[in-house]
Amino acid sequence: MTAGSVTLALPARRELLAFLQRYGVYLAIVVLLLYNLFFTPNFFTLDTFRTQFVQVVPVLVVALGMALVIGTEGIDLSVGAVMALAAAIIPLYIGYGAVPAALIAIAAGAAIGLVNGSLVALVGVQPIVATLAFLVAGRGIALLVAGEQLKSVTDPGLLALGRQGVAGVPYSVLLAVVLVVLVAVLVRRTTFGKQLVAVGGNRRAAELAGLPVTRILLLTYVAAAVLASIAGVVGTARLGASVPSTLGNLIELSAITAVVVGGTPLTGGQVRVLGTVAGALLLQFISATLIRNNVPDAYSQIAQAVIILVAVYIQRGRTAAR
Amino acid sequence: MMDAADDDSPGGATVLEARAVSKRFAGVTALDAVDFAVREGSSTALMGENGAGKSTLIKVLTGVYQPDGGDLLLGGEQVAFARPLDAQRSGVSTIYQEVNLVPLMSVAQNVFLGREPRTRLGLIDFRTMHAAARRLLDAYGIRVDVRSPLRSLPLGVQQMVALARAVSINARVVIMDEPTSSLEAREVETLFRVIALLREQGIAIVYVSHRMDEIYAVCDRVTVLRDGRAVHTGPLGELPRMELVSLMLGRSVERVERGGVTAFRDAGRSTAPPVLVATDLSRKHQIDAVDLSIRPGEIVGLGGLLGSGRSETLKAMAGVMQLDRGAVDVDGRSVRSGSVPAAIRAGIVMLPEDRKAEGIVPGLSVRDNIVLAALPRLSRGGFSSRRKQDAVVDVFMKRLHIKASSADQLVSELSGGNQQKVMIARWLAMSPKVLLLDEPTRGIDVGAKAEVQALIDELAAEGLAIVLVSSEVEEVVEGSSRVVVLRDGSVGTELTGVHVDEEHLLAALAGDRGADAGSAVGAGATR
Repeated sequence: MTAGSVTLALPARRELLAFLQRYGVYLAIVVLLLYNLFFTPNFFTLDTFRTQFVQVVPVLVVALGMALVIGTEGIDLSVGAVMALAAAIIPLYIGYGAVPAALIAIAAGAAIGLVNGSLVALVGVQPIVATLAFLVAGRGIALLVAGEQLKSVTDPGLLALGRQGVAGVPYSVLLAVVLVVLVAVLVRRTTFGKQLVAVGGNRRAAELAGLPVTRILLLTYVAAAVLASIAGVVGTARLGASVPSTLGNLIELSAITAVVVGGTPLTGGQVRVLGTVAGALLLQFISATLIRNNVPDAYSQIAQAVIILVAVYIQRGRTAAR
Repeated sequence: MMDAADDDSPGGATVLEARAVSKRFAGVTALDAVDFAVREGSSTALMGENGAGKSTLIKVLTGVYQPDGGDLLLGGEQVAFARPLDAQRSGVSTIYQEVNLVPLMSVAQNVFLGREPRTRLGLIDFRTMHAAARRLLDAYGIRVDVRSPLRSLPLGVQQMVALARAVSINARVVIMDEPTSSLEAREVETLFRVIALLREQGIAIVYVSHRMDEIYAVCDRVTVLRDGRAVHTGPLGELPRMELVSLMLGRSVERVERGGVTAFRDAGRSTAPPVLVATDLSRKHQIDAVDLSIRPGEIVGLGGLLGSGRSETLKAMAGVMQLDRGAVDVDGRSVRSGSVPAAIRAGIVMLPEDRKAEGIVPGLSVRDNIVLAALPRLSRGGFSSRRKQDAVVDVFMKRLHIKASSADQLVSELSGGNQQKVMIARWLAMSPKVLLLDEPTRGIDVGAKAEVQALIDELAAEGLAIVLVSSEVEEVVEGSSRVVVLRDGSVGTELTGVHVDEEHLLAALAGDRGADAGSAVGAGATR
């Protein structure tokens, strides 16, 4: 009798964990919103949500790139430093206009991504180590590029990206939506996306199947860095100032959390784009909920840690139950 | 068959003995009541194919594993090694393929690691240590600067140092696991000389190697393991090579000989010009000057014992392994060595031996696994076309009878046989010219096995050139129209026509000269 109940319990437990890995993040968002609906005054206003969406954009955009890298069984710790570098570069070229300055900042980010990717794909350095180098050095480089003092950005085009919108939707949010769609199409519909996931699922098999593994890894790290520099441009636009010393600080951790909470396994072979969006939103709503209820910000970080543990437990438990 | 301990074969008193030793891992029996004994001044070969239990036995003897049953006796007294250090202290040393010393320390420091001579102040007495190390190595004819860091020396010399260290710790038994796998011919000679010296000193040697010639050169006794059992123990000199091989593979010579000659697939012999010509394939320590040519419609068996270079030859042709020398041509055009994409473009594809680690992508669906290699062909402008994919996937799922709930099922949920069919489908989708199969039926059930074998036949009949590597003698014999037998990394013998049978194959695997002559006739006739 005991044996019978065990054999019944195992698949049920596995299915529950599988369900939670996939949809747990959406469930958590719903629960959190319901809580706020009943207990947090003035939470359900258009203004609140607009603010939440605007604030989530940098983390979300960085997390999209992080999801791609994690899909290849890698990780990119340099994204915050890449954001800072983008912020540092913008004031240097803003004289040519907002678009050229942004493009140059993004190109610089792409170069960093190329270095990261080369270290991983060509030299064979572990991703965490390869990208750690620029995590450590990047902000220093950004400060050297920028000089010490804070530079305010006054270009109207750039400021519009940070502060204006159409039909009540901020431009930065629109940009994020476009990027989400692009990355989702990349992952689901393109040859590259399918190959990326295969490399993460079984790199050796991908090599033996003749896939251009080196090129795929290079491009993935470039994509992550490009997305991070876009986040840097958006962040700078919103602040109206270039602040390389703090912009994107520790954002790599939030991005990894968003990806993992969104159901993308750290072991690679899967990329969940919508889950990542939901993961980023969940983190945003949690900190908003805590702030609105006058809980100190430190608790928000502890809450993040708890969520990571739960998400990782669900992933682990699922593999163990197999 | 003789008892492990009391036959009158070479060697002195028994030093180390395992009596009815058993070891199980998670329900799988790795060693089943194995008797094994080594004698003073004797060198015992431990033989067996993959999974026979050799490494498990060695690990039990050296304290890495604790046996689940049976006794270990050292010098007649029962012992239990709780950890490798216990075995080492009792005089049982192991020399592994990879030297496990400290590469940055000097030769002398490595020899005396952990027992350095000290001065009165408690500091290391380098002068005494260097002199002692030099004396020790000189005794074995090894002349090196004992002060130089170990890693600056060739691998062979490093191994000698490991050996010298082992012996100087009063070793009574030295276990050598594939000691020559990365040595130069001259280093092998030195090693053999050292082994002879050790035996003169009464040290017992356990020698594990896949190289037949070495075994017969170095050892005087042999124990053969198969499926975790000791199936034979006795003097080596009295055991013909062919019988040794049949013991290892579990094919009895008498039965094989009675089986007689089959003319299995003479009818299918192809006369078309070869599609693949490989010449002089060489890579240090792995394969040496392997020549191979395959015609369309032919199934060429690649025979050889473990370590003979059969998988390496496949890998060389598939672009997985970089070659030191040699060329692969497909339809007269040369293929860039060491590049899988180049080989695939030329039409050479390989089904890897380890399906789980090198074949399937477990997290992806059957569809995604089938189209993995062909993705760029099934795409338009970088976007993968579901319609084109479905066309291919449908065809192969039907043709190969892949049993899955749908193309969207995860490949990891399929049985081994169906996974293997997915792998074959992946390559057929590339319309290859040459299909290299490394153990295509390993780990799949009997029904699926027959299906895969029938499929291989069918593909050859359609004009595909196929190379088949299998550790199952009957699969090679029944499946192949021709068998090229590799030995120690080079082509030993080629069996054609009526000579493609178990008897000739076993003889060729063993390196029997008589068999060479017999099959050379067959080979000459067909070339």
